[in-house]
Amino acid sequence: MLVIKDIEKKFNAGTVNEKVALSGFSLSLTEGDFVTVIGGNGAGKSTFLNCVAGVFGVDKGSIQIDGLDVTKLPEHKRSAVIGRVFQDPMMGTAGNMGIEENLALAYRRGKTRSLSWGISNKEREIYKEYLSHLDLGLENRLHAKVGLLSGGQRQALTLLMATLKKPKLLLLDEHTAALDPKTADKVLQLSDRFVKEGNLTTLMVTHNMRHAIEHGNRLIMMHEGRVILDIKGEEKQQLTVEDLLKRFGQVSGEEFANDRALLS
Amino acid sequence: MFEIILGAISLGLLWAIMTIGVYITYRILDIADLTVEGSIAMGAAIAAFSIFNGMNPFVATCLAFVGGMLAGLVTGILHTKLKIPALLAGILTMIALYSVNLRIMGKANLSLLRIDTVFTPMENLGLSPTYSVMLFGFISVMAIVGLLYWFFGTEIGCAIRATGNNPQMARAQGINTNNMIILGLVISNGLVALSGSLIAQSQSFADIQMGIGSIVIGLASVIIGEVIFGTRNFFNCLISLVLGAITYRIIIALVLKMGMPANDLKLFTAITVAIALSLPVFKTYLRPIKKSMNGGDL
Repeated sequence: MLVIKDIEKKFNAGTVNEKVALSGFSLSLTEGDFVTVIGGNGAGKSTFLNCVAGVFGVDKGSIQIDGLDVTKLPEHKRSAVIGRVFQDPMMGTAGNMGIEENLALAYRRGKTRSLSWGISNKEREIYKEYLSHLDLGLENRLHAKVGLLSGGQRQALTLLMATLKKPKLLLLDEHTAALDPKTADKVLQLSDRFVKEGNLTTLMVTHNMRHAIEHGNRLIMMHEGRVILDIKGEEKQQLTVEDLLKRFGQVSGEEFANDRALLS
Repeated sequence: MFEIILGAISLGLLWAIMTIGVYITYRILDIADLTVEGSIAMGAAIAAFSIFNGMNPFVATCLAFVGGMLAGLVTGILHTKLKIPALLAGILTMIALYSVNLRIMGKANLSLLRIDTVFTPMENLGLSPTYSVMLFGFISVMAIVGLLYWFFGTEIGCAIRATGNNPQMARAQGINTNNMIILGLVISNGLVALSGSLIAQSQSFADIQMGIGSIVIGLASVIIGEVIFGTRNFFNCLISLVLGAITYRIIIALVLKMGMPANDLKLFTAITVAIALSLPVFKTYLRPIKKSMNGGDL
């Protein structure tokens, strides 16, 4: 489904601040894979996700989604096949627009927009139905501005928007990091459910080792811009946080230095 | 006195079209677009020159609208394709338009005295000049409000609103944000130029200087409208803009009547807008004072 070949990404190339964010990064996902991505600060996790989403281009290598080479495609065109949820709950929705308007924007992802009405009555019924599944009472507040919702509600809505038009690839970029633990768990459960129901190929970046282990069928660990661990299947199911720390030490020859990941 | 107010209302209706244009960039796209200073004079220049040379005033007004759209297109391309910051892109187009406008008119000002304008047909029906401007202005403003209300409810209109509100989210939903910004600037400057062409026809002359400070007048009208007449929904916003533009004109007419020298007008407007824009800051200063006066409960 997703084939990444040998991509490289440098920031501030040719200056003293040059930073190699990704180098020789390769990864290939089969349909329905739910991969959690973990790594220390500056390991290149977010850069990797942003390269796939097209927020910026890569310096070398190629990215294919479902047989289509998207390496040179601008962000908005890739969005036709990619659903995304961001770390910042403010980022995934338009705060000045209503809940139904946000959903209507997502409903038209990948479609050429015309001068027909931005939202129809038929859609409203569909949205009500979907929103009621979120169990947040949003189905009765279709007109409410998204800016009035809590962070957790906004992330749940963003998740619904990302999956409303079934994406070929779902990118979750630390989407629970800004939420309190209880809300984070709820949003994670919701993510699990959406991924299962739609059999979505998913990449989930997280700082939380427990989340990385408990969710998905495959785990990759990144370090200095490349994949240093790739654990799947049976092995993934039996993984513990201690195992993961030990194996990180073996592979990288360093201590895992990320307080956020260890403390949570 | 009554006549001064009537004049202010009729002029306010023409400026309302410009205010709506400023609103599209300033509030919907979240860009302070200085192109308007050039495009309002450009609308006046195109209309005045064309009418002076015998063109049908309605065709000339449409031509002014198209000219403004082109100005918006230039700013849009400078900003999105060439990555120049929006404020600077607007300033560049504004400065360029000064020369372009001089080229169009051939001189710094052009008189339209005793030449038929879009207002003439109504004057021929027996209406006074002020009332014809008012009637024509009212019809145009209502048509534009209706059109924009429809447009910003369409798929493309919603995409423009999303782009201004959260470009990152817009791109994630497959919206080409660059094209939406360009489209917004084109519509906005088209309206501003249309307004300029009508203002020139109502005052019977076009002047190269008439754009100076117009962005501030536009912002003042937007803020006055929003504060006094509300922003409950989009339709309410559009009506507030129109009423805001009229209110601004009435205020100006009254302070001039009360004896303020016309030369101080721009200073007065700038101070008004500065105060209005900084109100949120003052409110945070005032809160503790209010709190202590209310005995701590607020």
